[in-house]
Amino acid sequence: MAQRRVWLLVTVVVGTVLTLASTAALAQQSTLDVVRARGHLVCGVNNGLPGFGYLESDGSWSGFDIDYCRAVAAAVLGDPNAVEFVPLTAAERFIALQTGEIDVLIRNATWTLVRDTDLGLNFAPVTFFDGQGFMVPRDLGVTSLEDLAGASICVTSGTTTELNLADAFRARGLPFTPVVFEEIDTVYRAYEQGRCDAVTSDKSQLAGRRAIMADPEAHVILDETISKEPLAPVVRHGDDRWYDVVSWVVYATFFAEEKGITSQNVTTFQSPDPDVQRFLGQTGGLGAMLGLSNDWAIKVIQAVGNYAEIFDRNLGPLGLPRGLNRQWTDGGLLYAMPFR
Amino acid sequence: MAVQLSTGRRGALWRDARVLAVAGQIVFVLAIVLLAALAYANMMRGLERLGLRLQLGFLSLEAGFGISEGIAYNPGDSYGRAFVVGVVNTLRVSVAGIILATVVGLLVGIGRLSSNWLIRFLSTVYVETFRNTPLLLQLIFWYTGVILKLPPVRQSLSVADRVYLNQRGVFLPRPVPSETFALWAWTLVACVAAAAAVYAWRRRVALREDRPGFPFAAAAGVLVAGAAISWFALPSAPLEWQVPVLQGFNFRGGIQLSPEFAALLLGLVLYTGAFIAEVVRGGIQSIPKGQWEAAQSLGLRPGMTMYLVILPQALRIIIPPVTSQYLNLVKNSSLSTAIGFPDMFNIGVTIMNQTGQSLPVFGLIMATYLSFSLVTALIMNWYNRRFRLVER
Amino acid sequence: MVRPVPATTATTSPETANPIRWIRKNLFNTWYNSLLTVAAVAALAALAPRLARWAWHADWAVVSANMTLLLTGTYPRDQLWRLWAALLTVMSLFGLSAGAWRGNPRRWIGAAAVAAMLATTGPFQAPARGWLLGTCAGVAAGFMLGRGLTAWRRALWRRVLVALWVVSVPWIYLLLHGWAGSSWLPRVGPSAWGGLTLTLVLAIVGIVASFPLGILLALGRRSRLPAIRWVCTAYIECVRGVPLISILFMAQVLLPIFLPDYRIEHVVRAMVGITLFSAAYMAENVRGGLQGVPRGQIEAAHALGLNGIQTLALIVLPQALRAVLPAIVGQFISLLKDTSLVAVVGLLELLGIARSVLANPTWLGRQAEVYLFVAMVYFIFSFSMSSASRRLERALGLGER
Repeated sequence: MAQRRVWLLVTVVVGTVLTLASTAALAQQSTLDVVRARGHLVCGVNNGLPGFGYLESDGSWSGFDIDYCRAVAAAVLGDPNAVEFVPLTAAERFIALQTGEIDVLIRNATWTLVRDTDLGLNFAPVTFFDGQGFMVPRDLGVTSLEDLAGASICVTSGTTTELNLADAFRARGLPFTPVVFEEIDTVYRAYEQGRCDAVTSDKSQLAGRRAIMADPEAHVILDETISKEPLAPVVRHGDDRWYDVVSWVVYATFFAEEKGITSQNVTTFQSPDPDVQRFLGQTGGLGAMLGLSNDWAIKVIQAVGNYAEIFDRNLGPLGLPRGLNRQWTDGGLLYAMPFR
Repeated sequence: MAVQLSTGRRGALWRDARVLAVAGQIVFVLAIVLLAALAYANMMRGLERLGLRLQLGFLSLEAGFGISEGIAYNPGDSYGRAFVVGVVNTLRVSVAGIILATVVGLLVGIGRLSSNWLIRFLSTVYVETFRNTPLLLQLIFWYTGVILKLPPVRQSLSVADRVYLNQRGVFLPRPVPSETFALWAWTLVACVAAAAAVYAWRRRVALREDRPGFPFAAAAGVLVAGAAISWFALPSAPLEWQVPVLQGFNFRGGIQLSPEFAALLLGLVLYTGAFIAEVVRGGIQSIPKGQWEAAQSLGLRPGMTMYLVILPQALRIIIPPVTSQYLNLVKNSSLSTAIGFPDMFNIGVTIMNQTGQSLPVFGLIMATYLSFSLVTALIMNWYNRRFRLVER
Repeated sequence: MVRPVPATTATTSPETANPIRWIRKNLFNTWYNSLLTVAAVAALAALAPRLARWAWHADWAVVSANMTLLLTGTYPRDQLWRLWAALLTVMSLFGLSAGAWRGNPRRWIGAAAVAAMLATTGPFQAPARGWLLGTCAGVAAGFMLGRGLTAWRRALWRRVLVALWVVSVPWIYLLLHGWAGSSWLPRVGPSAWGGLTLTLVLAIVGIVASFPLGILLALGRRSRLPAIRWVCTAYIECVRGVPLISILFMAQVLLPIFLPDYRIEHVVRAMVGITLFSAAYMAENVRGGLQGVPRGQIEAAHALGLNGIQTLALIVLPQALRAVLPAIVGQFISLLKDTSLVAVVGLLELLGIARSVLANPTWLGRQAEVYLFVAMVYFIFSFSMSSASRRLERALGLGER
């Protein structure tokens, strides 16, 4: 009897091994083809950051980053709703991308050298230029970082923010106590309830969360910026076709704003400008070069609008100024590469 | 259960039970090895794709992040040091939690059997509420719903101006030895020796005369009396209380428990206490009624029956499940990651995020938890064995 | 096994019908009991006004407005009928089983009737009310049908029922998941499952999938062959020695490293983690049952000419599993509570979705209401299951040997 059981066990284990072994490496193919074959895009997002990535009461998603997911889906599949959103914590977002669980990560990720090289990622054009700052209760009377010596500071773990914070205080020789949480929401709740003297994060995030606090006027964001935080969509290394698609979807939103093309007028937009004609797919066949249909840009703008529309819809209500995120023609950093 | 087949007559090789057993094991081990090798090959490929290399050297690199509480540490220290800070924090909360949960569990467990209807009812409500909801939810509730709702520092709740409660934590007075402390400590040592002698004497008496001698109670009495008398006999108190004082933004001095620590401790103690209460109740109830009746017919009063007859027997039943509750408490302390207490698991995850070295960090975390389990199991087994020998 | 003994006090005896005497006997019978009573009443009196004030200010709109979200997560709203159909299936099967295993008719039919009344009067929308009433009818009809069929041919019918339960698992999976390109059941990937639905799916998958694995591990641990025994023991003890949260993290982070060629979804990885964890505990439960099967049973089976596998499958396991059924229910309850941990790894199950509701500025500062609701849901499930398990224990005559 014992022997029978042994063989049963052996069979199970050997079976497992064979199953695993038989499914050796699958052929690598471009994410573009994978997405097409699947019929929907899988987009890694944030689920606790109003304005950027956010779950509404009716189960739908909204936000600046969410709109870029929809834009990519519109360009590739012609349907802005063909997206499966995967909410990810800061800690697991890059692993999810590297392992192919998601096709593209649009979750306010900062572009850094280590991530670009060592983590095997590629960053599409920056959709939002940000910088790390501090928010403090107004009645604390704090005006600069030096006033925060010895303070408790709330921060999210697993981010560059956590390291920047330690760096900034060490560089100034100031003592501080970090109070670290995994969830963005917990960070701000703890700050608002008075657990910390200050909270630190990207300034856009601070502004976004400040707008939804019980009394936004009771909090101020310090002028000081301790880091550069260029936030951009991320794809895997070594998939150039897919990287091109995501990059040019981003440029399309910049370009549309520059030329005054909006979701309202995109279908009827007429212009003698050859750049615009190529953009709209009337000439040039640019879509085919990207592996998309020629009206891809129209679908993108129809679905989510140009950069200004995306910004105003999602970040406007939070009272965020455009700042660096203006067109290069207005002295900002948004600069679409030529559509030719 | 397995029945050895009779193999007196040597048949074909493939029908020989012993040969089959050995062959089966070899194939099994080979399969496991193959599985491991496959996993290893996959892992190396996976790591390569992530751009990672397996190494432990990162532990000596500079951590660069801050930790809110624990033994001395600054962001310039190494990842290894940061991990040690986490281990010490886990031990702190576990030891405090085990002691307090035992007290809560014993009280409530006995309360469940109380003859007082109200106490029985309240104990039951407590046990059922805390056992039937997830610990994580309870922790989040204690942290965001209770501790952070306490008044800010300047309007702290205080108990007799000694203990302060506010949203920055719990502040308790800290005993500080004064100049007479050394003298008192020596007196205490003498008292312990005397208590040990009394214990041995009462025990001998009890065994010789075959009647309860209450060795433990007598020894404890000697110890407490000696300590109290010498405390008051000395010209000044051997211990002084350093009371926390509000200075600048926060309290200084005394014992400080951070809000995260307080919430985690509260959550773990109340959750584990409810389970221990059930174990205690079950243990006491499992003693047959005949034992009560026999003790009563011998003329023992109810309190004595509990102390001399029921509890010693119940303890033997209670200890193994309580041990596993202790282990659960240690493991559950890892949920602190949801409320930001920097325990080993939380810091381990942070290290993993910052270095990307998920495999070695997980190995470290698992090995530490396993060693905690092992040590606790060994201690409790030793205690259990000793207890049996004494009783039988 | 510890059995709850009904409190042996005089609360129900006729002589204590007099309230004053009852109070004296149950609250003030000794000096310390009087003290305890006074202290407890004082504590309650101090707490009651605060609770009352809170209850007065509580605003349950946050729960009612997000009810669908809390129960189903981001499951497409036009596909909700599939969840209802799954509920109907499961509840009807429960009714059938209760009928077949001689459940208390008053309890089952009565519960269905009460639920139906609540469904009619409660604040539900038309489709939800229809489905709820259908479910109640399903339970009641199933109960009656189950009784009738059992009276007709008991052994056969019970076997059919077990088969129905087994078949229901893939059926419900198909119902929830669908398949790509179908117009009738379009695919709804696990990442869209959420809320209570996901909590239940995780707990059920965890317990069902860990069952065979746990049996194998338990048998392996009792094997006479050292290599197998050591491997199984090492697995069981290692898993039981570490927290579930670390296994979940491992499943999230390391599984993709070990299986780099697959796209394993977030939810599936959590399921793998929960199953691997649960299997170790299941193995210990099953082992307890195996130890309780007397040797004579095995010897008798051999004497009857059954071989090893037959003895195991027909004699040993049925007895062992019957004995550990309450323990398995207990494990299911703790697993149900433990699924809340997947919120820490970013899944939107009941607790995770509650947190994302609270992140919505519309519902600022409504933590107490939301968390209380979530706690109630967990409490209802685990409390009712543990009382059911106690009844089951009594019905099976366990713990009385």
